[in-house]
Amino acid sequence: MAARKKANDNQVLPVLDIQGLTVSLPDDADRPFAIENVEFNVGRGEIVCVVGESGSGKSVTAHTVMGLNPKKQLKPVAGKVLLEGEDLLVKTDAEMRQLRGERMAMIFQEPMTALNPVMKVGDQIAEMLEIHTDMSASERAARVLDVMRDVKLPDAEQMMHSYPHQLSGGQRQRIMIAMALSLEPGLLIADEPTTALDVTTQAQILDLIKDIQASHGTGVMFITHDFGVVAEIADRVVVMQHGRIVEQGDAKQVLTKPKHPYTRMLMASVPSLTPPKRKPVKSSTVALETHNLDKTYFSSGWLRAGRTVKAAQQVDLHVHRGETLGVVGESGSGKSTVARCIVRLIDPTGGEVLIDGKNIAGLSANAMRPYRRDVQIVFQDPYRSLNPRRTVGQSIVEGPMNFGLSEADALERARELMRVVGLQPEALERFPHQFSGGQRQRICIARALAMEPTVLIADEAVSALDVSVQAQVLELLDDVRKKFDLAMLFITHDLRVAAQICDRIMVMQHGIVVEQGITAQVYAKPDHPYTRELLAAAPGRHAQFGAG
Amino acid sequence: MSINANQDMLPSADDTAAMVRDDPSVFVLALRHPSIIIGGVLLIVIVLIAMIGPLLTNDPIALNPINRLKAPGDFAWFGTDYLGRDVFARVIHGARVSLVVGLAVSACAISVGLVTGLLAGYIRVLDAIIMRVMDGLMAIPGILLAIALISLSGATLFTVVIAIMIPEIPRVVRLVRAVVLSVREEPYVEAAIAAGTKLPLILIRHILPNTIAPMIVQATYICASAMLTEAILGFLGAGIPPEIPSWGNIMAEGRTYFQITPWIIFYPGIALAVTVLAVNTLGDGLRDTLDPRIARKM
Repeated sequence: MAARKKANDNQVLPVLDIQGLTVSLPDDADRPFAIENVEFNVGRGEIVCVVGESGSGKSVTAHTVMGLNPKKQLKPVAGKVLLEGEDLLVKTDAEMRQLRGERMAMIFQEPMTALNPVMKVGDQIAEMLEIHTDMSASERAARVLDVMRDVKLPDAEQMMHSYPHQLSGGQRQRIMIAMALSLEPGLLIADEPTTALDVTTQAQILDLIKDIQASHGTGVMFITHDFGVVAEIADRVVVMQHGRIVEQGDAKQVLTKPKHPYTRMLMASVPSLTPPKRKPVKSSTVALETHNLDKTYFSSGWLRAGRTVKAAQQVDLHVHRGETLGVVGESGSGKSTVARCIVRLIDPTGGEVLIDGKNIAGLSANAMRPYRRDVQIVFQDPYRSLNPRRTVGQSIVEGPMNFGLSEADALERARELMRVVGLQPEALERFPHQFSGGQRQRICIARALAMEPTVLIADEAVSALDVSVQAQVLELLDDVRKKFDLAMLFITHDLRVAAQICDRIMVMQHGIVVEQGITAQVYAKPDHPYTRELLAAAPGRHAQFGAG
Repeated sequence: MSINANQDMLPSADDTAAMVRDDPSVFVLALRHPSIIIGGVLLIVIVLIAMIGPLLTNDPIALNPINRLKAPGDFAWFGTDYLGRDVFARVIHGARVSLVVGLAVSACAISVGLVTGLLAGYIRVLDAIIMRVMDGLMAIPGILLAIALISLSGATLFTVVIAIMIPEIPRVVRLVRAVVLSVREEPYVEAAIAAGTKLPLILIRHILPNTIAPMIVQATYICASAMLTEAILGFLGAGIPPEIPSWGNIMAEGRTYFQITPWIIFYPGIALAVTVLAVNTLGDGLRDTLDPRIARKM
């Protein structure tokens, strides 16, 4: 911290100075400018977080600085982008190529697609040096090892000969950072670099970025949608909405005393890590129960030994009517496998799934049909959950009509449900692409409710949504649970969301349930080391967000 | 709770793509594409000639030995062949055979391939069996299979269509299967399963529509290649019987006199080339318009 302060004091010229930048959109877009009159700077050794929801223009800003925007569609029409005093907007393509890597570098959200899959990672870092410096091959190899150790990759000598698919997500992101730092650029642009990572890995990468910025004095422009991350890492914050900056200032000040209503709304929408007080569920009817639920994947090869993957092992759970059970865990923990076994989208390899006391685990597709209406699911991706070629109405009435309801009755029910989920009944005539992500998720909830289920499974149902929309959809889910006395299984990787909506929590790791209990108790006194690790890794756990 | 549409997200890139794909203006988009205009207009002209032309020309099989091997001129625009038949009339009549074979083969191959591909892609137990049969079919040289079938059951329009169609089926099946394999994993298909929708309805409502665009494109390519194959079979003497003029058998009959009367081969050759070109150009244009990845770039 002291080092950072000092660096701030020493700064003469900011590394990046954006002045009145305006970038136009093509004529047929819904607004004339992607970003308008954007003005902020990044000092040496400073982390500036640019925060905003989708469509706020934060990525366009970053890409304009790097000169990576498609020139025809997104044209800078006014303003200046000064990198250490030089205007980037007047540079030729060749000059920009030289600057990228040498004086500014960028890391992206998905390290797997940002790395070349058929080139060893060491060679990919060395390529940067080869293009931009006249180092000899041995100097390059030494430098590659240096930067790989710098980003704290274990066993760098071995790892430089690995291909990207042989590394974990966190290691790949470290390679990206190593590549970005290999030429010691003054400016590092990080575009949602931890969004695709698990929470424990995210914490490590955030630590790494902080370390590097402190030790190298790099100026970091950090783009994120997550206020938790902002609280963790930012020196200064720039809040963007609809292509304009609505607020900027010192991180502490913006986080504790946000001035603009939009910033306040965003911060109030971030779910708090402290579970609110919830009334204990009175109902004694168990709607959903699993006993020793197992799912094992076997892959057999003709020429090599087959592989077995135990996706879920010995999972025992029960959900009462009117209760929400949260299943939390990182990717690969088996939480979605459990959900898909319960809905019978996949067949469990062992154990029982009891819906209102009836075991459905081994039923054939035909025998399963009558039980389909009891368990419904809402998926993560609102853009793929609705058939783009069918109207919203057709999608909602499909299920009830499968069970013998007439079209008129099914449509009547659909109209009613549209009101329940907060949409106009007239919207039934429209197609999914005419709705926003949050609205589509509401439609998916209406579709699930149309079946009059007893169990509703939400599989990461709010994870793809912007934080303000997320809060609304969470509220809706809680409303419908109460209204229809549903047993809800809420699957998420996000401990904040789980804290707000779940009565009880179940933590999964590597297909095994490691801890189960009342939400408030699990959060206050986690038993299992993995639960403690998860809670400790939640970004911004010291900051207070939301109303909860 | 307050619901405000404006508070929800702005349309993302995906959103806009969906609009392009589903907009009713795909038709308007198509009309802007030069390949579709050129190919389409050419093809319409050829179809009109094939439909009306034969009513206006001479009898294509009337023998006129006195005027055999006449050069193109006032007597016969495209000259006459070794039996004195009017090459112009024969080429015009031949257009019918080519178009009928092209359309019939592509329609049959697409229908059979579509059903087989849907089943192979969606029903896991059938997949391996169907695909091995298709691999087997693909291993048989198309022309040889056609010659074998025709020599077994005689040369009629029907057998020619069947013979050309069979080798095309595996390609359609593979294409449909690939689409089905990716679409079956979509959450909206899983939602339909969870809603208790029966298998045939899932296939027809949720999966089939995704195959239509690639099928239209594939149909044009099959059509063009079927016309060529029909001409080749005719040229080899294994095609449509000689009493029905087709571009292939006109060229076959002109082969012996090629050095003294090149027009007998030249005119049906030009007609065939122009027709295949028209169909392929139309196919390219349709692919560009219907494939959202390419359509967005334009």
